[in-house]
Amino acid sequence: MRRYADSALRAIVAALALSLGCVAGAQSPRGTGDLGIVIERATGSVQVVDTTARRSLARIGGLGDLSHASVVYSRDGRYAYVFGRDGGLTKVDLIEMRVARRVMQAGNSIGGAVSQDGRIVAAQNYTPGGIKLFDAATLELLADIPSAPGPDGTPSKVVGLADAPGQRFVASLFDAGEIWIVDARDPRAPKVERFRNVGKQPYDGLVTPDGRWYLAGLFGEDGLALVDLWHPERGAKRVLPGYGRGEEKLPVYKMPHLRGWAIAGGYAWLPAIGRHEVLVVDTRDWREVARVPVAGQPVFVIARPDARQVWVNFALPDNGKVQVIDAETRTVAATLAPGRAVLHLEFTPRGEEVWISARDDDRVVVIDTATLATVATLPADSPSGIFFTSRAARMGF
Amino acid sequence: MRAGHVGRMTPVGVAAAAMVAASIAAHAGDAPTPERQRELATLVRQDCGSCHGMRLTGGLGPALTPQALAGKPGESLAATIVHGRAGTPMPPWRRFVSDDEAAWLVAALQEGTLDAPLR
Repeated sequence: MRRYADSALRAIVAALALSLGCVAGAQSPRGTGDLGIVIERATGSVQVVDTTARRSLARIGGLGDLSHASVVYSRDGRYAYVFGRDGGLTKVDLIEMRVARRVMQAGNSIGGAVSQDGRIVAAQNYTPGGIKLFDAATLELLADIPSAPGPDGTPSKVVGLADAPGQRFVASLFDAGEIWIVDARDPRAPKVERFRNVGKQPYDGLVTPDGRWYLAGLFGEDGLALVDLWHPERGAKRVLPGYGRGEEKLPVYKMPHLRGWAIAGGYAWLPAIGRHEVLVVDTRDWREVARVPVAGQPVFVIARPDARQVWVNFALPDNGKVQVIDAETRTVAATLAPGRAVLHLEFTPRGEEVWISARDDDRVVVIDTATLATVATLPADSPSGIFFTSRAARMGF
Repeated sequence: MRAGHVGRMTPVGVAAAAMVAASIAAHAGDAPTPERQRELATLVRQDCGSCHGMRLTGGLGPALTPQALAGKPGESLAATIVHGRAGTPMPPWRRFVSDDEAAWLVAALQEGTLDAPLR
């Protein structure tokens, strides 16, 4: 009898183990190409989301101050590097859904980039102002590059850091008014090429999808600074000088972002500073070809991946709106109200849907970009940035 | 008293009305209502926070912690909130914040009593 009970128990245990094994087998392995990260800015947490299932897979906490956070991806799309306001750099594993590594690398940080070969993570810092290079696998510090001082004598805040071909990073110095190209082929001894007097207060920058041009927006004057990365020896030149035509600027209650660019169909779609307009620039000669009146001060101006639409969100007090520009007619085709305090939007890899964060409604809204219908709503705690793994393969992201 | 009779008040009525008006004026310089304080705290954390940091430790704009603001004149800080600061990205917030509210905000920031729930 005892023997019979033992063998029955063993059979049950074996069956249980088998079924658990099946569950584990069903969950892994999987790819990460349709995954992403949603920042929950107030709680220092992120959600791992699945854009195919349109649902949240996990919440990961302990990432520090994410009140201004940005994310770049390892080139295998498995790891998200999350840069927090408090200088924390956290490597999040999207497969195991946990923090893989975390370092405090500065007092105040703003974002970063991954090198062309995927081996280096670069951080751009406000305090102390500068750029740091890290080993992408271990987050070991490889190089510390202090920025040049601004008018007050302290190192400039570094903005607009982006990766460029040739193992380079490009960044702007807000206070000093410079653009730097960092050659990181030897990441422990990077070489810096400086472009001075590029314009007053560059606030953000982008690298075009082909990796050729670096464009920095200027806050302190009307215009942008442009560097040809094929020919850096030609220096930085000013484009769209005086686009405000000397008119008094409207107050800017949130700084626009150029990262996440809208370079599409041969045109750059750019936020005007202090104007309720999107500027349209021909990227062949970098001249303005049109300007589109919009509902407020643009913050993000982002093209759908097929470049047929350009989506715009706005600074306070118009941050409850999102506008869709028809790229062909260059007019606003639709005005949406997806929620209160829209902070960011991110297209699915091929753009059939867009995910929008509405901070004050504590939700992320998924919209079909063809019908403009809401197809899903996900709860999130004060959501801000949304970053999908498709960024891993794109230059300048 | 019906509305139509307001123009013909007795001397006592005039004095009473003046006292009420004075009282309102005095209160205008006082702290905002608790509800408005919460709104202002949220504005500071969430919207000012996009440059100054949600935890007010600074960003593109300087830190707004009691340590960072220690010894700075309150009136000038309040004026910066209301009128902005030329040559910097600091915009004028008068559209969202009155003079009195700016004065209250500066005091709350300097004393570290903004007391906003980190939502």
